[in-house]
Amino acid sequence: MTHSAVFPSPASATPEGGHLLDVRDLHVEFRTSEGVAKVINGVSYHLDPGETLAVLGESGSGKSVTAQAIMGILDTPPAVIRSGQILYQGRDLLTLSEEQRRQVRGKEIAMIFQDALSALNPTFPVGWQIGETLRQREGMSRGDARRRAIELMDLVKIPAAARRIGDYPHQFSGGMRQRVMIAMSLAMDPKVLIADEPTTALDVTVQAQIMDLLADLRRDLNMAMILITHDLGVVAGVADRIAVMYAGRIIEHADVRSLYKAPAHPYTKGLLESIPRMDVRGQELSTIKGLPPNLMRIPSGCPFHPRCPYVQQVCIDVVPHDLVLGDGRTSACHFAQEVRDDSSTR
Amino acid sequence: MTAAPASPAKVRGETILAVDNLVKHFPISQGVLFKRQTGAVKAVDGVSFELRRGETLGVVGESGCGKSTLARLLMRLETPTSGRVTLEGRDLLKASGGELRRLRRNMQMVMQDPYTSLNPRMTVGDIIGEPFQIHPDAAPKGSRNKRVQELLEVVGLNPEHINRYPHQFSGGQRQRIGIARALALRPEVIVCDEPVSALDVSIQAQVINLLEKLQNEFGLSYIFIAHDLSVVRHIADRVAVMYLGKIVEIGTEDEIYERATHPYTQALLSAVPVPDPEVRADRTIIRLNGDVPSPADPPSGCRFRTRCWKAQEICATQEPHTVLRAADPHPSACHFAEVRPAVG
Repeated sequence: MTHSAVFPSPASATPEGGHLLDVRDLHVEFRTSEGVAKVINGVSYHLDPGETLAVLGESGSGKSVTAQAIMGILDTPPAVIRSGQILYQGRDLLTLSEEQRRQVRGKEIAMIFQDALSALNPTFPVGWQIGETLRQREGMSRGDARRRAIELMDLVKIPAAARRIGDYPHQFSGGMRQRVMIAMSLAMDPKVLIADEPTTALDVTVQAQIMDLLADLRRDLNMAMILITHDLGVVAGVADRIAVMYAGRIIEHADVRSLYKAPAHPYTKGLLESIPRMDVRGQELSTIKGLPPNLMRIPSGCPFHPRCPYVQQVCIDVVPHDLVLGDGRTSACHFAQEVRDDSSTR
Repeated sequence: MTAAPASPAKVRGETILAVDNLVKHFPISQGVLFKRQTGAVKAVDGVSFELRRGETLGVVGESGCGKSTLARLLMRLETPTSGRVTLEGRDLLKASGGELRRLRRNMQMVMQDPYTSLNPRMTVGDIIGEPFQIHPDAAPKGSRNKRVQELLEVVGLNPEHINRYPHQFSGGQRQRIGIARALALRPEVIVCDEPVSALDVSIQAQVINLLEKLQNEFGLSYIFIAHDLSVVRHIADRVAVMYLGKIVEIGTEDEIYERATHPYTQALLSAVPVPDPEVRADRTIIRLNGDVPSPADPPSGCRFRTRCWKAQEICATQEPHTVLRAADPHPSACHFAEVRPAVG
């Protein structure tokens, strides 16, 4: 933590009134040979220190692309950031040079991925991989990096860390590999951790262990976390706030309890009703009809209108803006109030 | 489309498929020139159950518990080490040639990954119609296209799309194609290996509803393999829980989800995330330590004992059998079986 060129070191607080991380009206498109896919269409969300924001959405909703834009790891081309700002501690990351962004990556904002097996290099021992960042970025000696790697492996509760530091990724189980990834991401003490589907590839009992670990780490290290997931069950346990994405937009944004209690967007409502629940026994599952839209041909007006049970003419003609409901929640639906009232009486 | 093939007296509830002490060990060998077997991965190690006509038997367990190997054994895609499987009274494992072909016609499979289980170079019509080439008597040549279109309609796809290729469909639609292919020969038993786990939540529900509709319409029996316990609870009549190649507990949906007596089942159920923060607050989650041991070298006695909070001397020395236990009258493989207050 000695030579940070871009940002003043650890204790430096967020500028007054600002958020730690603030994504503003981000637009991203993918230019492919088949046409232009509008992947992110005006996404805004923010994150404060120590808080967990869950970004929920199905495949193609743009949840991972937003995260990759924050990290600056989008492949350009085909991706093009059309407009928007990503403010970290008040500075727009999108205006920084590649070298400056490299300073942010890992040290300020770190990321863990879904598939730990393919994210780790199979030809190097895990300890070496955890220490790599420390040697490269912090200029640590091999011995120091190794000692720190053992500490980090202890921190993520890998048993017998000192003995396993020379093992290769294939010698670890899926859950342990995910722990190795988490250890790597923590090497530089980041203030924001982006977890992209961290438990999707894992079994339920191991999933519970990893979610516990992430919750503990967040509390102990006072990190802010963005949890990207498609699993409504995982979110319910750990997040403070939820942003629900559909077709590259955030269609509902609320604190966890009120969202589950009374969703205010028909998509969220449909999603919650379509999952079989182990604690509630039902007969036929209600479904959301149709398919998610093709991002090269997003429907007019509200992108959800072809699948929506509340659809009216206005939904086809006018793109709904975020409607702010009483308790500070927002929903991008012309009938948000109505949907919420329906949900709360169900 | 008419219901299952005409044969006398199909009684709902009678046993259609019986599996008795099925074992599959994959040999581990060493040496280049003189290979010798040094061990075996005990993927499926003595599994017995019965499937009744018209019911859905859910098989749950974590990765590596042997549930997919079980599916492949039932389809005879793998040859079992030992054991016995009878389909409508006929021995499936001894059958060969024409006999095996006839038996297989009665049992089909839906695979997990709709992206890799369909040949990208074949049209949907060819994929769904391929079974008719192997069983020409199932549909006369002239009527095959019509039959394929019927099948497309049954699974909720547009019959006009018969000449399209798999990549022109979404994941959920592809899984419907896989289901149509499985239905082509009018089987009575369908083995579904994780049929919805590759799909998005909003699409999952559509496919689950489709499977239930088809079951009612055609009187199908399902073996439904999944790791998602909520999905299994929704669709299954009876549930078998597997751990390291063995069934540790089997019973009706209610017996397993409300009155589980095996500690592993209890831990598994308690770990399922519930999508409701309020319910969640009053649930106690049983945290299991560590990972599933290697199936090449399973623990002695009870295989779960290394992660079990109830483990005693006896668990290491004596293997508990999957038998009826005093705690609740359904088979459970635990020396200390007892009902825990309802989960959830």
